[in-house]
Formats: sequence, C-alpha cells, structure tokens
Amino acid sequence: MKIVVCAKYVPDATGDRKFNADNTVDRVGVDGVLSELDEYAVEEALQIRDATDGEVVVVTVGPEVARAAVLKSLQMGADSGVHVLDEAIHGSDSAATSLILARAVERQRPDLVLCGMASTDGGMSVVPAMLAERLGLPQVTFASEVVVEDTTVRIRRDGDAATEVIEATTPLILSVTDQCNEPRYPSFKGIMAAKKKPVETLTLGDLGIAADQVGLDAAWTRVDGFTERLPKSAGTVVTDDNGSGADQLVSFLVSQKFV
Amino acid sequence: MSEILVLVDHADGSVRKTTAELLTFARRLGTPSAVFIGAGIESARDALRQYGAERVYVVDSPDVGDYLVAPKAEALAQLVQRTGPAAVLLPSNAEGKEIAGRLAIKTASGLITDAVDVTPADGGVAATQSVFAGSYTVNSAVTHGTPIVTIKPNSTTPEAVEGSAVEERVDVTISELAKTARVVERKPREATGRPELTEAAIVVSGGRGTGGNFEPVEQFADTLGAAVGASRAAVDSGWYPHAYQIGQTGKTVSPQLYVATGISGAIQHRAGMQTSKTIVAINKDEEAPIFELVDFGVVGDLHTVLPAATAQVQARKG
Repeated sequence: MKIVVCAKYVPDATGDRKFNADNTVDRVGVDGVLSELDEYAVEEALQIRDATDGEVVVVTVGPEVARAAVLKSLQMGADSGVHVLDEAIHGSDSAATSLILARAVERQRPDLVLCGMASTDGGMSVVPAMLAERLGLPQVTFASEVVVEDTTVRIRRDGDAATEVIEATTPLILSVTDQCNEPRYPSFKGIMAAKKKPVETLTLGDLGIAADQVGLDAAWTRVDGFTERLPKSAGTVVTDDNGSGADQLVSFLVSQKFV
Repeated sequence: MSEILVLVDHADGSVRKTTAELLTFARRLGTPSAVFIGAGIESARDALRQYGAERVYVVDSPDVGDYLVAPKAEALAQLVQRTGPAAVLLPSNAEGKEIAGRLAIKTASGLITDAVDVTPADGGVAATQSVFAGSYTVNSAVTHGTPIVTIKPNSTTPEAVEGSAVEERVDVTISELAKTARVVERKPREATGRPELTEAAIVVSGGRGTGGNFEPVEQFADTLGAAVGASRAAVDSGWYPHAYQIGQTGKTVSPQLYVATGISGAIQHRAGMQTSKTIVAINKDEEAPIFELVDFGVVGDLHTVLPAATAQVQARKG
C-alpha cells in the first residue's frame, strides 16, 4: 500500500510563539518541530506499511526550515520525502494549503493519505476534510483505532455524542488522533538512514499552481490584528493545614457565588 | 436583514445548548435561519423557535445519517446557493469543523474556526479567536465568498427571543461521491447525568495527582453540578476515558469556573482551559505551573481537601 503522510512544521508549543509584522505566524524566527499530532500519522503509516509491504512518502509544505518535519519523519522510518518550498506560499490560509497539498499528494497516486487530527499551531482540524473535498476521496477522520483489510479501511471515531465505526475503500483520506498509537522515537540507525533517503523539493510551478492562487494576498480570510493576553494578576494561593485549605476554598467559591 | 444560516447541533432532535448560542450570535448579524439535518425535527422545533430562528430548513434524508460529514456539507452547500446567506455559523466540534471545511471549498469561501465572538463588520463579519493556548487573541475577517465561522461552545449566553420558525422541508441531492465513508455502527455515549463537558458552567478535573482515584473529583463535581474532566496524564494512564480529556489533544473548555486538581498545568493542558473565567487549583506541589493561572489555589492533597470541601458545600446546601 502506498501511503502519503501530510506533516506540518510548527512553532514548538513549549517555546515562545509569535506573529510576524504581516500578522502571519512566525515559523522561522522561533524553534520549530514536526507537529506533535502528526507523529501519530507517521507512526500509523509506518505500521500499515509494515503490515502491507508498502511505502511511506511524507509531504511538507513550508519554508526552508520546514524540512526538519520531513527529516524527523524519515528518521522515524518514512521512505522518502517531498518538500513544497516556494516564497509565494507564505501566508496561505487553510484553503490554499489544502490546494497545495492536494496537488502534491495527487502526483504520488497513493492508496492512503494520512494526516494528524489537527496542527498544534492553527489547530483548525479542517485540512483533511478539505483534501477529501478537493481530491474527491472518502474521508475517514479522527480515528482512535484503524483496521486495514485489503482495500477496506475501518476506523473507530469517538465523537461527542457517540462512538462510530466508519468504513471506506481506498484510496482515501485518513486522520488519526493521539489515541491511535504510541509514536516511536527515531533510533540511532533510523537517524543515520534518514540522511540517505531521497527528499524531493517542489515549487508551485512544479505542481501547476500559479503564485497568485496562494499566499497572503490570495487568502480568503484576513487577520486584522492580535493582542497578547495579559498574564493573569497573581491569585491567592494558600497552603492546606489540617483542613484549612478546604475551608478557604469553600469560602472563595461562596464569595464568587459558585456555591 | 440578511439571512444567517445556523447548522443545528442535535442528537435525534435533542438540540444542544451550542445551537441556542449560535442562534443568539446569528441574530446579532442578521436574521437567523436554522438548518436542521437529520431526523427528529418534532423534538427540536420548540427550542429553535425559542431562540429566535425565523426560518427552519429541514433536511431529512437517510443519506445524511448513514455517511460521514460529506452529505451534510453537500446539503448545506445547496442551501447556501439557494438562500445566499450573509454568513454560515456552525458548532466548533469535530463534525462541525469538517462540514465547514468542505463547505468552504465547495463555495470558495473563507473559513474561520474556533471563534469566541462574531460581530457585524463592513460587508461581512468579524471574528475573534483565542490562539496559542489562549496566549493571544486574534481578530480576523472573511474576505472571499460567504463567511463560514465555527463558534466554540460557551462563547455567549443564549438569549431567548421568540422567532417565527417558519418550517420548510428541503430536498437535497446527495452525490454518490459523498456516500463513500459509511457509518457501519453507532453507539451513543453513555449518559453520566453530568453536564456536557464543553457546555458546562463549572468543570472539575483530575490529573496525575488523583493516583487513578477519581471519586473525590466526581463527588466534588456533583455537589457543584459540574462536569468532570481529566488531564492527558490521567487519560494516558487509563484512569479516565479520552472523551473527557481537556487540553491540546482533547476538549477545549471555557467555563465560568474551572477546578484543576492534581494537575501540574503543562502547556498541553493549558491549551484546553486557559480561557476559563475563574480558575481554581489544588496541587501538592507549590511549584506547579498551574498556580500561575489561578484565581485561587490550595497547596495540599486533593484526597483530603476535596472530600472536606464536598462535605462543606453539601452542608451549606442543606
């Protein structure tokens, strides 16, 4: 089975995250990583590949530094990478990103397209659905469990109101949650092997996309501004001493009319 | 006034609170029209009228229930084409966001997800989002097509305004392409008798510090009429179901009161609760980062503090 994983390079959530002067997310001047939730997609792809004797290609869209997301995936065990790199991509919204991904994915003629449940920066969770829409493929998304049998993919989706079992036939778009598996750490061998794995760099032109179809100016949404949330003024912290903690807690809740 | 489409969030006609919130937002933007997809309109009618729906479009076809997301997006797209609304509002849950994503591509429209506020703006709507684990507030607008906005639960207080709720059955054509991801089994989540996590006014959550015993957390929650949540550490340890996980990879909550017990407050967790109005924490470790967020904190053992507090609250309620 040929599997393409869409992997995003994001600002590290444990570091400082900031915006550029044009209100886009700063992806270059901060520490970045492969989006943690995409590691589950890479892991699932590797497991399915190993069970079906297939191939895993990882696709990343982003600036030069975003190559790190491809590299991490290769270190985990993906077979090859594609990096779509073009200055005109800067500032693309989810719709434009899904267009670029759709074209890049299409060229691979995959049986399975795997995504994480959300990015850890924008966190919209819409790109898998947009990809399915653009490619005219079935979407089986937010999988907590995946079973692949031949060309049938069956997932468990734990929704707000119900748990559902969803089934579709390949080719399809699959997104997985963090309940799906436990992503492996790259081994020393994996890190060494990754250096020799092929990574293809593509431009928008290679994908048949015009520069004015994507990027900040072509976005269907506009960020007008942002404000940093002020740090909360320090609250009251008491130390429990033989029951005093509960007394003070309840007094606080009463004073705030929660009780 | 221009029409605003609101996708009704319901389970077999039982309308969730988020729909009342969306109708309230819709009224601030124009004339609210509810889009009810699926069976059970008989049970939903009153709630939709009560929160100001002027029109109710009913799409009831087996095709929408038996397949994942795509048929609902097609139905909504056909309604958008017919009614030319000024905006489409959907609930910010997994399904709502996926329908919105497909609708955005189908109608070449800008999409904003996870808004906490929407207001009328020049020629469209402006939205407010809380991003990067609640550390920034972002103002944005849709500049192309029909504004599509998904709104987080608890973003406004529903205002009861009697609407005329003129009902119209709508026939939609669902393509074969939309019927490729089949729902082969559906098991409704077991009722806990507690409020829905993302909708609750009060949430009490437990983490590693519970040591796997959620009883004190649940009992305290029940005296306050609260929902129960759990940190990722607690869920990963198998102590509480994933459906109740709060944080980056779980639910985002924004209740009036959030009580974190035995939770250190890592960025992963903060992402799911930082915008709560009032934050209380109980933790044995006085250095726990959660205390940086609190309005009130107790350095102590939740296993002694919670039962004592539960007893006191019960005594006060008589």
